[in-house]
Amino acid sequence: MSERLLKRFDRTDRARNEQHVTPKAHFSMKDHALGLTMLPMLQKPSHHRESGLGVRIEGVRRQFENGVVALDGIDLNVASGEFLAILGPSGCGKSTLLRLIAGLDKPQGGNVFTMEASHGRADRHGLGTRADIAYVFQDAHLLPWRNVLANVALPLELMGIERKVREESALRAIEQVGLGDAADRYPNQLSGGMRMRASLARALVTEPRLLLMDEPFAALDEITRQRLDDQLRALWAALNMTVIFVTHSTIEAAFLAQRAIVLSSRPARIVEDYTLNLPAERTGSIRSSPAFARETRVLYQALERNEV
Amino acid sequence: MKHRPTTFLATVLPPAVALIVVLAAIEAWARWTHQPAYLVPRPSTIFLALGPGGSALWNALLWTAVASLAGFAVSTIFGIFAAILLAGSKWVRRAVYPYTLFFQTVPIVAIAPLLVFWMGVGIVPVATCAFVVSVFPVIANTLSGLVSTEPALVDLFRLYGASRFASLWKLRLPAALPNIFTGLRIAAGLAVIGAVVAEFLVGTLGEHEGLGVRIVENTKYAYPDRVFAAVLLASFLGLAMFAAINFIAFFSLRRWHASQ
Repeated sequence: MSERLLKRFDRTDRARNEQHVTPKAHFSMKDHALGLTMLPMLQKPSHHRESGLGVRIEGVRRQFENGVVALDGIDLNVASGEFLAILGPSGCGKSTLLRLIAGLDKPQGGNVFTMEASHGRADRHGLGTRADIAYVFQDAHLLPWRNVLANVALPLELMGIERKVREESALRAIEQVGLGDAADRYPNQLSGGMRMRASLARALVTEPRLLLMDEPFAALDEITRQRLDDQLRALWAALNMTVIFVTHSTIEAAFLAQRAIVLSSRPARIVEDYTLNLPAERTGSIRSSPAFARETRVLYQALERNEV
Repeated sequence: MKHRPTTFLATVLPPAVALIVVLAAIEAWARWTHQPAYLVPRPSTIFLALGPGGSALWNALLWTAVASLAGFAVSTIFGIFAAILLAGSKWVRRAVYPYTLFFQTVPIVAIAPLLVFWMGVGIVPVATCAFVVSVFPVIANTLSGLVSTEPALVDLFRLYGASRFASLWKLRLPAALPNIFTGLRIAAGLAVIGAVVAEFLVGTLGEHEGLGVRIVENTKYAYPDRVFAAVLLASFLGLAMFAAINFIAFFSLRRWHASQ
């Protein structure tokens, strides 16, 4: 544990020093307007330990107790640092797949590995520090009796990290998602969008290398959702993590992801694996470009073909 | 519709006026129709029974309060612990939970005398009776709160390797708090009833005589005003315990639970 703490400190200090030397990743003024603050933590870390976790899934099958086969014969490779969107009809097993990757559920057949990028060695679940993986649910799922700060600090608290350190990290994560002035508020004093930001901050507080998101913004209004999408994309570009993002929305998938897979209805199989043909630098304005419309249409048609 | 905060006066005044009107009506009817005092005690004499010379009743209230509170305290501790054990394992729950229902269905009037055989006379069997009557709602409500924790939050705690104790202490118990308070509210009233019933049957044998003893005695010697005064005190005791629970619940839940 102490080793981990040292790493955290070390990371922050290094990031602070680099601030004066290295030009940081580009952020447009729009990102500022959205509440993204230029904090040391947003520096792109260069150390190999901090690269995103890759995922390898081999022939995974998951059948529920009631006999329903949720997933069958799923093979999937997610590269380190990739942003992958998973699309598919409702109830097709997208969430089940995410839970398997998180290690919250076990497959009946096949294997799920998370991988170190540098040496390509595959680790079975449970060997690495679990906080490498973070999970964002469809609803914010904050503890209603804790304020934002205590909610965001929760993962570190459960990992046994001392109060001072975990609260510093939590405040940083809260700043990152633009909730800086709401740290002492309780969940029932927040809007839906703010609750989701707090939930995102809770996921980011352990500096995860693999971020799993299960339709996180689906319940939000369109404008709030786009803002959070913008912010998530910028955070991903800055924090060097792998993101697997389940969504219903082809627009959201096209904006966020480098690559999108489409699942069929039950039992889910991967019926489409598409690499998006859009520039790496994406800001809100890309949504109105012809290329974006084209890519969204491709995803929509793939989804439609399989929605029977 | 505009929401206006309810003032203390608006909460207290209407029921107070209603009470005074009803009591005045009974008083007037009893006096004008010359109802015999041993059949229909006048409200005024009931209040006088609590005044100077009513120290026996106030003394009895003290002992009933001690027994009720002791029984209630044991119910709270035992009930919550039992619910934690039951919630811990599906098999323990299946094996044991049906039997906790006996606490709910046991005819307390019948077993109260047995308690004296087992425990001797005094305040112990009275408190035990209060416990037996009031423990089930604590177990049932706490258990239902503990087993209905949001699955996503359980997943979250697992993801970060939380221990069973951490999951219980930081997630399942606080999440169950509203249910626990519901159980305690019901238990508070029941504990007083249990204590008074026990005193009816066994209290006269001990040296600390509670309200139940006074009720039996004054019924026997035809002092209905004292009987009513004792009943009034017992009811107020239950109300006071209920109010205390509400007070604690308000301060522990107001920040986050819709009920407050």
